[in-house]
Amino acid sequence: MSEQVVATEQDLLLSRFPEVVKPDERKGYDGYIVDSKALLDFAKTLRDDLGYDYLSSVTGVDYLPEGKMEVVYHAYKTTGGAPLVFKVQVPREKPVVPSLVSIYPGADFQEREAWDLLGIKFEGHPNLKRILMWEGFHGHPLRKDWHEPYYEEEHKPYKSRWPEGKAFRAEDRNPFGKNVDYPAGFDPAKWTPDISDALIYEGLGRIEKPHDDLPTEQIIVNLGPQHPSTHGVFRMVVTLDGETIVDLEPVMGYLHRNHEKIGERNTWLMNMPFTDRLDYLSPMSNNFGYALAVEKLLGVKPPERAEYIRVIMAELTRIQNHIFAIGMFLNDMGAFFTPSLYAIEERELILDVFEAVAGSRMMVNYFRFGGVARDIPEDVMQKIHDLAFERLPRRIDELDRYLTNSEIVRARGEGVGVLTAEQAIAYSTAGPVLRASGVPYDVRRAEPYGIYDRFDFDVAVRYHGDVYDRYLIRMDEVRQSIRIIQQALKQIPEGPIMTGKPQYQHRVPPGESYGRVEGPKGELGFYVVSNGKGNPWRYHVRAPSFINLTALAEMAKGHKVADIVVILGSIDIVLGEVDR
Amino acid sequence: MDGTGILKGLAVTFKRMLDTYIDDFKRGKKRYYTEEGIRYRQSAEVKGIFTVQYPEEKLPVPEEFRFVPFLVYDEGPNGERKDRCTACGICTKVCPAQCIWIKRATNPKTGRPVPRSEEFYIDIDMCMNCGLCAEYCPFDSIKMDHDYELATYDRHKDNILNKERLLKPASYYAQIRPLNYAREEEAKRQAEEAKRKAAEARAKRMAARKKTATPPKKKDNES
Ligand code: SF4
Ligand code: SF4
Repeated sequence: MSEQVVATEQDLLLSRFPEVVKPDERKGYDGYIVDSKALLDFAKTLRDDLGYDYLSSVTGVDYLPEGKMEVVYHAYKTTGGAPLVFKVQVPREKPVVPSLVSIYPGADFQEREAWDLLGIKFEGHPNLKRILMWEGFHGHPLRKDWHEPYYEEEHKPYKSRWPEGKAFRAEDRNPFGKNVDYPAGFDPAKWTPDISDALIYEGLGRIEKPHDDLPTEQIIVNLGPQHPSTHGVFRMVVTLDGETIVDLEPVMGYLHRNHEKIGERNTWLMNMPFTDRLDYLSPMSNNFGYALAVEKLLGVKPPERAEYIRVIMAELTRIQNHIFAIGMFLNDMGAFFTPSLYAIEERELILDVFEAVAGSRMMVNYFRFGGVARDIPEDVMQKIHDLAFERLPRRIDELDRYLTNSEIVRARGEGVGVLTAEQAIAYSTAGPVLRASGVPYDVRRAEPYGIYDRFDFDVAVRYHGDVYDRYLIRMDEVRQSIRIIQQALKQIPEGPIMTGKPQYQHRVPPGESYGRVEGPKGELGFYVVSNGKGNPWRYHVRAPSFINLTALAEMAKGHKVADIVVILGSIDIVLGEVDR
Repeated sequence: MDGTGILKGLAVTFKRMLDTYIDDFKRGKKRYYTEEGIRYRQSAEVKGIFTVQYPEEKLPVPEEFRFVPFLVYDEGPNGERKDRCTACGICTKVCPAQCIWIKRATNPKTGRPVPRSEEFYIDIDMCMNCGLCAEYCPFDSIKMDHDYELATYDRHKDNILNKERLLKPASYYAQIRPLNYAREEEAKRQAEEAKRKAAEARAKRMAARKKTATPPKKKDNES
């Protein structure tokens, strides 16, 4: 049946776009290659005729040896199912692709990122400027021929480490001065930003816009980058009319470290501990997504016990992330630290479990391709048991009594930062943000991975799309996660935790793969490309925190300036993942 | 919106506050600054105050806890140091941060490499405490430490550890990771056993063959 559906879909696409759309026939690859001329029509057909209303991921790949740049799109139906992957190939010297922002507004930040890091121009993009690097940055760092200042070799492991190793510090070899590379003719002392940015850089600028009757004007306020409400180093440039938000632009990248470039220097295994550092509040989920992506290429499946352990760990992660998010969100509302310390207490107990099993509270590095690193010790199993069956349900109920009906929480949350279902889908938001807007989309249900198809749980959904519903949905999800853990604890079998022998060098067959999980923040995807060598050719993270911010301006418009803090808190971002 | 929600919330915080006093009262002095007290305060049934007063009180770390790596050496009968490391280089190859440097020793006469490290460095500023080196070392030579109080005054001087500073005795390892240590020793013992049995069997076979073998003279004709 589904075969047939796929066949008709393919027939339709190929017959409607003869010549310009071809199946991607490279070995290990999937989907379609679309001529850039036909891209807009193709995307429209996908969205309007085939029901692929959700453009999840947009990224680029630099195929340096072939002289090509490729833009890769993953589109989904919000009713569930597998992705439709399509690609556009353009010459490397002149990479120009039409922008899909007019069809899928959620492509906005992702296209800017691809421009910033890979230098792919998106024609028709309303605001195509750098997003993670600063405007004066020279070059596009994810291009394969771009080298970082401490460049040593194309791939790890570096030859200087063994057998003739002598310790040195990279920065000692690069005396400051040679470390900075400006474009030809660029002098930072003489640089003045162009006028649209000038307002941002000046911090507090003014826009002349007289009212009809009152002599008022709008002002621009920078919230952040150093601001207690931004959960890290993050800036919002807000245009205000009085206290009302007229426009908002998020500015990020302060924590950018080019995670993906590091990932492409690394071997496959080395990336595992690096994924912990993306969303450092939910490292187990990050491990999970990356392991899935690589396991798809390797064709290995973890043994039963490992599958259960993975689910238990991922759901514990969700619980601790959500209660922490709720606690911090209450901080944003002004309930200074009592709720968040209540939340942190429960979180600590879960982190104790991670520490005893994985060795670290946050940087867990626990998953391996084909299993997990260690089994859960007996006493820790007991502790998880106690938490899942006794303590956590009790404490969630307490948190519920404490906060849910509080008049202050409701007054500040209800009707604030509303995102309709259509907007939530269009902006490619994911996770609690999407589901609080009435879209029951959860990767665990929509395209089950691991053994999630065995558990009985409800996809939490709320319908108002406001800040208060985003709070409620996290409560709902914590309860569902507890349910899943309870089932997993009852079903978990004895047995091995690893398929095959532990390995540190992996021969990954050539091809592409996209592994995605329902992380606490939303759909977390890893797009990896292998060329059969010991390192990934491309390693891309679809970061839910980053993409959810695309909708921030839409949520904030029309509200008072004091609401921004609450709205941002309700999205639940982690800058380690936003900036990568 | 009549304020009952807030009142209910306040009841929750009030109860929490009472819990603290009740628990302090019930458990008395031993709730604080004792090992038992710390353990209780970190358990799933704790009520009342939860925090640990570091540095006066310290949390016990679980066996698997990992901080920067160290090198294990075995002690010989006269207390001499026998490095476990064979300079095979696997740890340098798995290390994601590339913060391990090893100079392999060579035989001064022949110039051929010998299975021993001459120098061994770990830059603990770069180390991301991932534990992969310890996981993949085939000789159980590099292990993750439990010591997390590593503040120093001069990172240039103090934070690139050399062999002298990295090496710790196996007894220390056995103390911080008793279960792992026992498991590895057991595996080693079994391997030894198997080897010995194999050797014995081989010797027996040889002996048996010698008995049945034809006199040496004829041996040349055999094949
Ligand atoms: S520490 Fe272990 S892995 Fe590293 S070189 Fe020595 S024996 Fe090999
Ligand atoms: S713990 Fe990780 S980063 Fe540190 S030395 Fe070992 S492999 Fe390298």
